Amino acid sequence: MTAALQAQGLGKRYGRRWALTDCTLDLPAGRVVGLVGPNGAGKSTLLNLAVGMLTPTTGSIEVLSSAAGTSQLARIGFVAQDTPTYARLSIADHLKLGAHLNPGWDETLANGRIQRLGLDPKQRAGRLSGGQRAQLALTLGIAKRPELLILDEPVAALDPLARREFLQDLMEAVAEQELSVVLSSHLVSDVERSCDYLVVLVDSRVQVSGDIETLLATHYRLVGPRRDEKSLPHNQHVISVSHTDRQSTLLIRTDEPILDPAWTVTQLTLEDLVLAYMGRSSQTKQNDRPVLEVQR
Amino acid sequence: MIWLTWRQFRLQALVVAGAVAALAILLAVTGPGLLDDYKTYPNDFLKQIQFARINQYLYMAGQALVYAAPPVIGAFWGAPLIARELEAGTHRLVWNQSISRTRWLVTKLAFTGLSAIALTGLLSLAVTWWSDPIDDAIDAGQAAGVFNVPRLLPPVFGARGVVPIGYAAFAFALGVALGLVIRRSVVAIAVTLAAVIAIQILSPVLLRPHLITPVKTNVIVTTDNMRGLQLSGPEEDPVVMRIEAKLPGEGNWKLSETTVNAAGQVQKTLPNWVAECGPPPPNASATEAQSRPPLSTCFQRLADEGYRQQISYQPADRFWGLQWREAGLFFVLALALSGFCFWRIRRDLT
Repeated sequence: MTAALQAQGLGKRYGRRWALTDCTLDLPAGRVVGLVGPNGAGKSTLLNLAVGMLTPTTGSIEVLSSAAGTSQLARIGFVAQDTPTYARLSIADHLKLGAHLNPGWDETLANGRIQRLGLDPKQRAGRLSGGQRAQLALTLGIAKRPELLILDEPVAALDPLARREFLQDLMEAVAEQELSVVLSSHLVSDVERSCDYLVVLVDSRVQVSGDIETLLATHYRLVGPRRDEKSLPHNQHVISVSHTDRQSTLLIRTDEPILDPAWTVTQLTLEDLVLAYMGRSSQTKQNDRPVLEVQR
Repeated sequence: MIWLTWRQFRLQALVVAGAVAALAILLAVTGPGLLDDYKTYPNDFLKQIQFARINQYLYMAGQALVYAAPPVIGAFWGAPLIARELEAGTHRLVWNQSISRTRWLVTKLAFTGLSAIALTGLLSLAVTWWSDPIDDAIDAGQAAGVFNVPRLLPPVFGARGVVPIGYAAFAFALGVALGLVIRRSVVAIAVTLAAVIAIQILSPVLLRPHLITPVKTNVIVTTDNMRGLQLSGPEEDPVVMRIEAKLPGEGNWKLSETTVNAAGQVQKTLPNWVAECGPPPPNASATEAQSRPPLSTCFQRLADEGYRQQISYQPADRFWGLQWREAGLFFVLALALSGFCFWRIRRDLT
């Protein structure tokens, strides 16, 4: 299987501040990858490195099996953060722009999309709603017929309804064209709705990365009498722990069945899973802080 | 890419092109008449034409417009070219189409920059052609009304020939580079305007005199060539600060003038008797004025004692030499600034 995106020890520094450090990542092609993380985790930096808007300070990044950069612009579609468009140009002008600047431009696809969305081609982009503008930016990204489509928080500024419509529309387009997609968001619900592969990025580090179904099938919440997490079997990796006086709640990852009858085992939602990984990073960072526990 | 460049640029382009076209038409209509007059009245051409108000008006308006073109082009064509994209974030849209940033910039710079050069060239050509009879008459020693500044002198020089084109190319490239550094259109426009105007004011003082080594000559002041005498102090016993002479020939650009004595030493003040080379004091009585020796006596004494004027100047026939040098210099600067833009745009810009 070819890789959509591969990063090795990737780092990016702005002045003195590191926006991304030591990021190692391997995203398969043909998937819809959701890149989740809190604001400032380095999601935008990673995606901008992937399209060649930025150059790495350390490490390397490959997109579609060749070094990222401006040499493969035609193979990658990019919908930048805040979905920028030319406010004074009309929708028709934007499509003309796409046709002039992209050799692989699919005019039928572009016009069809605008028509289906019910947009007036003569309308200026500055007059469009946030959702319509995002749709226009997506149309430009898709109609150049890329092999990989990268979207940087495309729905961050949209209301819930527009958000859902945009993602639904994106999924339809992806299904029709069989392209790889990498989509970043700080909301798990966006990813849950549209992606089949998850990457959690916190503090510029990849916390977890994998097929969403597999992730959900191998993560469990264990609730039982209080016990030390170190006494678990070796094949169970603890993601997060919380104790009360009598009871312990553990989030674990394991490929094996859980045999201990003392545990009440429940499945995780994607949100629980993401939050657990996000929480873990903040614990490791502030490890001098005592673990939260009710004292009596 | 040319389509997009034109689509984004057409409003500013049409405004400037409209102004240039309007003036060019006016000049084209009135120019032949002016040339006829020049041939009809070889000796008092300027006196004849100064009474038609349109001539004075067009002379001044053409000059003003040629001087205005570089700052306007730099500020309103150059500065927003990249700054506006960076400000609105649209560079992230256009740089992710299938063409490289370098090609994007090549098209934008070439298309807009060549438009700037072409329009300023047309404007300067029209003004230079129209004013040519007037400039010739002034260089032949005529003068009347506003028509009294030779074309080599700073007020006129920058509004003739190829110099305006060099300035326009430079101002455009400076605007683009400043926009790329400042990243905010309005600030970039203001800074570009100020910078270009400052350069227009400073270069005749600091740069132009040194483009070709000035000619140095010695002139002895006579009754005919004396152009000024500066006195200071009480009227009965004034100190003579300096005396000025005219260069032989017309249309020269005098850069500096000092008086030296027979030993070649620069004189800060002149002997008191030199005051007699000038007219009598304003409140002198008629008898006093009568009793003054003739002016020629004073000038003779000045010459006999070895006082002479050391003048450094650019002769009138260096007009085109200075034009090409100055224009060439600003073209080189424009290329250097464009090179900077290409270098900068390949680096990270988010």
